[in-house]
Amino acid sequence: MQAIAICEDELPPVAVWHAGACVTFEGRVRDEQGRVVALEIEHYPGMTEREIGRIADQAAERWPLSMVLVAHRVGRVEADQLIVRVQVAAQHRREAFEACGFIMDYLKTRAPFWKKEISVDGATSWVEAKQGDRDAAARWTPADGH
Amino acid sequence: MTNGTGMNIRVRYFARLREKLATDQEQLALPAGAGDVAALCRHLAARGGIWAEELGGERPLMAAINEELKPLAASLSDGDEVALFPPVTGG
Repeated sequence: MQAIAICEDELPPVAVWHAGACVTFEGRVRDEQGRVVALEIEHYPGMTEREIGRIADQAAERWPLSMVLVAHRVGRVEADQLIVRVQVAAQHRREAFEACGFIMDYLKTRAPFWKKEISVDGATSWVEAKQGDRDAAARWTPADGH
Repeated sequence: MTNGTGMNIRVRYFARLREKLATDQEQLALPAGAGDVAALCRHLAARGGIWAEELGGERPLMAAINEELKPLAASLSDGDEVALFPPVTGG
């Protein structure tokens, strides 16, 4: 089971599931020492939902999960507001932790979202993709490339 | 629709690319067997100026065909929607 929400307004509340192990990750907009007032998040409507669905499917193939929920903001998101929430439910903690990490790492490197920072003075700049995020996603791929 | 003489594709641009190119999409008629996404980028870069700067191979680029991520070596077919964009930065 999976649920995907692309939200122009606040994310829905955390879902409550009666599973043995539930892991929730939430990411918020950092103000970068007061420099950033908000992010403007662009996406590719249609592909966004499909790509997140493919990522959730891959997670469900790798680990025995009972539920995956991914909610992501688009549009303007103020500093300290939630950008993303990933919730994973499974029987045991190990697969729930791992699947949640896998989904976040893949989301950051494959889902078609782009962040633009809005500074205190109104200037804007596109956020550059980070090598660290690509490395984090790559650790889920076996060294033999399969 | 394939008419034997070429293929029509829709190209969409996102984020920094959309802003720099000052367009979010266009319809393109390409010769039949025009090849892959990399060939499409060379075709667009041949326009020169900002097109060459953004799509000439200097800047990192990701691509999707019909809403699915694809390598630049993926072949194109008539009627495809191809999206070109900078590396994604969600989450």
